[in-house]
Amino acid sequence: MITVQGITKKFGDITAVNNITFSIREGEITGLLGPNGAGKTTTLRMLTCFLKPDSGTITIGRYNVDDNPVEVRSIIGYLPESAPVYGDMIVYDYLCFIAAVRRIDDPRRIKEIGDLCGISEVMHMDISQLSKGYRQRVGLAQALIHDPDILILDEPTSGLDPNQIIEIRNLIREIGKKKTIILSTHILPEVEATCDRVIIIDRGTIVADDSTENLQTESGGRKRIIVKIAGAGYTALADELRNLAGVVKVEDLHDSELVSARVTSDGGGDIRPELFKMISGRNWVLYEMVQEQRSLERVFRDLTGGGAQ
Amino acid sequence: MSFKMNFKFKDRIGQARDGIRVYLHEPVAIMEKELMTYFYTPIAYIVITAFLVVTGIFFFKDFFYFNQAEMRGFFQLLPLILTLVVPAVTMRLFAEEIHSGTIETLMTLPVTTVKTVIGKFFAATIFVTLMLAPTLVYLVSIIIVGSPDPGPIIGGYLGAVLLAGAYSAVGILASSLSRNQIVAFIVGLIICFSLWLIDKIIIFLPNKLAFLEYFGTDYHFRNISRGIIDSRDIIYFLSIIVISILLTTKILDDRR
Repeated sequence: MITVQGITKKFGDITAVNNITFSIREGEITGLLGPNGAGKTTTLRMLTCFLKPDSGTITIGRYNVDDNPVEVRSIIGYLPESAPVYGDMIVYDYLCFIAAVRRIDDPRRIKEIGDLCGISEVMHMDISQLSKGYRQRVGLAQALIHDPDILILDEPTSGLDPNQIIEIRNLIREIGKKKTIILSTHILPEVEATCDRVIIIDRGTIVADDSTENLQTESGGRKRIIVKIAGAGYTALADELRNLAGVVKVEDLHDSELVSARVTSDGGGDIRPELFKMISGRNWVLYEMVQEQRSLERVFRDLTGGGAQ
Repeated sequence: MSFKMNFKFKDRIGQARDGIRVYLHEPVAIMEKELMTYFYTPIAYIVITAFLVVTGIFFFKDFFYFNQAEMRGFFQLLPLILTLVVPAVTMRLFAEEIHSGTIETLMTLPVTTVKTVIGKFFAATIFVTLMLAPTLVYLVSIIIVGSPDPGPIIGGYLGAVLLAGAYSAVGILASSLSRNQIVAFIVGLIICFSLWLIDKIIIFLPNKLAFLEYFGTDYHFRNISRGIIDSRDIIYFLSIIVISILLTTKILDDRR
């Protein structure tokens, strides 16, 4: 659906995006993740033909962005960062304007999109008087009005309160069942909550590109397992654990009731069967054995060097 | 045979008309939006009021003194007044979009840049034309008191609309250069004023440079408002419009 081949964009001496390549299949919800200033917005702006890449090619659907910018724009719905909308218009007129430019004649479509985005009750209000959340939804309505195949959202939930964030996420999930969506964010739970796939970019280059699941569990290689037992002291447990093949580190969790330890393995194989045999062989009581999900946050921090910018 | 050709010719015109209608769909949508915005905000009413007060003063200043049923006083100063007013009308058209970021929404709609510029140009020209409309009251009043010569008045209004178009296109060009509306206004004012001034400073220049007169807006406006409608004057104004629109398109595309 979307193919990006080696695009680079410079602003003066600063390279905002440096030779990125990725492709997105139809129906995927992809999260573009990265610290502030990593080049997320620049990438999205190039996809929507707002900016022109200095080199590289972008193909969207059947169209090349350079040759057919108008066709590309007509199959894309775009919500720019912080949803810039005309403040001195009322919502209804604004949507009418977008509909007219996009050659949508049916006035019912405006009502429909208003209901979908939950802005029916503010249709007659000046956009400048709306709260951030409503303005974001007006931006979303604008992006969805022509029922685009591809939806590009730049930080769709920034500046919203927790309830609104959940609403918008649900809306994205709902829309994402039928459409290809790319959204950028620097909020990790957002990606975990909405995206099938994550592309992490840092300082203009892609540092990770995988499914959300894989990034959460596998990609670092190391796995961490929490074990809680009774019937032995921590030192005895720790000694036995260190003897298992593949164990790199054992830490005491200082649980008040049970003896618990966090075991880090090198990820070469699953150590859980051996662990279980060892514990049952000693007649200890196993209360819990959990493989920790490697949270995206840690992946992100590892890959983007602390994420500080 | 001749009927057949005639039929074909009509068909061609029909096709061309449909083509224009299709082409102008988005510019017209943008124009409507801009005109709506003008009248939502107080700017329109302030500019129109100021314009009517100033032109009213100049219309009546010498009117009773000369005791002539004509609008010469009004048309003489109109180019200078438009120099000031039109950049004020056009300053927000792109500068505000760039400043508030709405340009990103606008430029990612499936519309070519040149169509966007044309839409905004229509809006500004129509707005200035609407602003001129109340001055028809002067015309009515002189028709009541005397019998004015229609030539200079028709020419004057045609010239005024052409001038409004030319200045609007120049003002939009200025607006695309900056994110600051005040800067856009001043740049527009300087360009429009220079175009007005050229044929006035010609006496200070050597004879060889006398041709520069043709670049002045006032020179051509004076020709038309005498009641002589010459294609050269019309072509001059149309050239200014086309060149400014193309330059604006280029500037906006280069921002990418």
